Amino acid sequence: MNHQAALFITCSADLLYPEAARAAVNVLERLGVEVTFPEDQVCCGQPWLNIGDTDGATAMARRYLETFRDQKAVVAISASCVDTIRNRMPGLFAPGSEEERAIRGLSLRTWEFSEYLTKVLAFNSPPPLKTPRATTYHVSCRSLRGLGIRESVENLLGAMLGENYKPLPDAEVCCGFGGSFSVKLPEISARMMKDKLGAIKSVGAENVVSLDLACLTHLKSGAKKSGLAGLQFIHLAQLLEEALAGGEK
Amino acid sequence: MSGRGFPARAARATQDERVLKAVAKTAQLLLEKRKAAIGGLGDFEERRTRAREIKERVVANLDSLAQTFAQNATAAGAKVHFAQSGREVGALLVKLARERNLKLAVKTKSMTTEEIGFEELAHAAGIEAVETDLGEFIIQLAHEKPSHIMAPAIHRDRAQVGQLFHEKLGVPADLGVEGLVAAARNHLREIFLNADLGITGGNFLVAETGTVALVTNEGNGRMTTSLPRLQFVVAGIDKLIPTLADLPEFLTLLTRSASGQPISSYVTMVTGPRKQGETDGPEEVHIVLLDNGRSTIAAGPFWQMLYCLHCGACLNHCPVYRAVGGHAWSSPYPGPMGSILSPLIWGLDEYPELPDACTLCGRCREACPMAIPLPDYHLKLKEKRNARALLPRLGATLASKPGLYRFALARLRGVLRKGSVPIETRAYANWTKARALPMPGEGPTFREWWKKRKEGKA
Repeated sequence: MNHQAALFITCSADLLYPEAARAAVNVLERLGVEVTFPEDQVCCGQPWLNIGDTDGATAMARRYLETFRDQKAVVAISASCVDTIRNRMPGLFAPGSEEERAIRGLSLRTWEFSEYLTKVLAFNSPPPLKTPRATTYHVSCRSLRGLGIRESVENLLGAMLGENYKPLPDAEVCCGFGGSFSVKLPEISARMMKDKLGAIKSVGAENVVSLDLACLTHLKSGAKKSGLAGLQFIHLAQLLEEALAGGEK
Repeated sequence: MSGRGFPARAARATQDERVLKAVAKTAQLLLEKRKAAIGGLGDFEERRTRAREIKERVVANLDSLAQTFAQNATAAGAKVHFAQSGREVGALLVKLARERNLKLAVKTKSMTTEEIGFEELAHAAGIEAVETDLGEFIIQLAHEKPSHIMAPAIHRDRAQVGQLFHEKLGVPADLGVEGLVAAARNHLREIFLNADLGITGGNFLVAETGTVALVTNEGNGRMTTSLPRLQFVVAGIDKLIPTLADLPEFLTLLTRSASGQPISSYVTMVTGPRKQGETDGPEEVHIVLLDNGRSTIAAGPFWQMLYCLHCGACLNHCPVYRAVGGHAWSSPYPGPMGSILSPLIWGLDEYPELPDACTLCGRCREACPMAIPLPDYHLKLKEKRNARALLPRLGATLASKPGLYRFALARLRGVLRKGSVPIETRAYANWTKARALPMPGEGPTFREWWKKRKEGKA
């Protein structure tokens, strides 16, 4: 095996979830990938796109290209960032321009973490967890409708968790984060969040796994405020890290 | 009615449990029926691709198609009028009412008539226009506005409708669904028989034949187009389709997306007035082809909004619509399609906040039978609205510099670790209304960890 991948940590993990980024590195290395971390990486530009500032987003896209253009593969640990890179970044540049071609090429070499595992490494059967806890999966909108990821992750969770994997009702409904939406229309956002937390409670989950750290931040902050203390919000990489380590960390 | 103030209206609406429960019940039912019906189709993707191709040609050739339709409808005996705005429709109504002594109208459900405030226009012409679609009938009795483009009374539960009928129609307050329907039917029957004119919208305008096609489920469309002596059609030019052969394709997409039906109970097709030897149908058919901003939309960056079939699937699938109900939009067009269409028709100054009413979850685009890029259109409208905002661009310039980016993240991490912010911005206040401040994970930052690890390895 001779896989090489650069980690694109994304703002959320850089700022809030170092443990998710560490887990991603550990899992990738355990699966035989040589991981690098280009330190000059910045945000993918999604927040600028979300407020309708394409100039700002273009500046960020240029930086992304500069940082990662020589990489064979880039692995990111937030699905919405990969959706941005793959499905929105190329459209920021003039069709047929050199930059557009370069971005398009790089965007096809940019993978969401679980995608890289299941598609590039063909890793679909993690060992079962030694001490599994009731865990549900928050299917983020951008991973589902932007990248088309769902079943592959449900399979990974099923393999690790068995009966402790608790599918979420109305899983494909948004959690209410939506970037600037959450602070522009806080009451609507909170209403959607409460519905999502209600669904999580209804399946008796202790862990909530997602591929999108932004959704997790939103849900975790909401759970904390409304006193749902026992819930853990983690990235898929953290669960895989535990499974691959055979229960001991 | 002003479109401004969506955030405040929406915030209040999130507290109205009774309305949200009624909305959730019907929207979820429609959503599930749609899912089964679309699944049963097997080739939804191919069908919507074909339909999009047809609509692309329609939108590129609105003028010539409208002319073709007008020629063929005229040849079939109808009178075709072109109107730029509701005001012109009103003037025509005044003229017709005066010349032909028109007083009482029966009317089918039509969002295009809502768009131009038809009830008031008719009233100004001395015409009382009675809604005959059950949902619209309820809304009219209650002096309300529709809150959904396909299910106008979605915000009312059965008990509320029962109470309303009890008060306005004098029927017992405890009627079941069948009893309520029968009460409406009894009340409307007499009006149907006495009406001077029938008013309809048009789901499709077939250019090739000059035919107006109407999709209904209650039979009121058929009665409206066959009992009164005059039929008055108001339809947007976006409803044009080239040929009769295109109609089944669009009908399938529309009814399956709207209500999960393979086809609606009735599809009424009107081609001109009653012909010699025919025993029913109107003596006169007037068809108004309404522009009201559509030509401008066709020529601009949001042209795919004219692909819209008004099925309502985007509303049923939208988490924002489900969290607030339709009235918060203060527009005939709520939900995702309404957040785009309302500013396009009435201006961004009238509806400045609607582009924000989207989490970019993408569920509307996925459900849309025409695959209109509604989330992208929200972004594009924001871009248009924010064109002069300097601050974000400055932010991007700074954040795209790696050193500054790392510095800013470190500072922000420090602030969050303390659990309080030095300046209480609006964004902070709004975030903490229902959420705690995010707390960065414990231990070293990833970058510190990475550096140490690399040094250790070396």
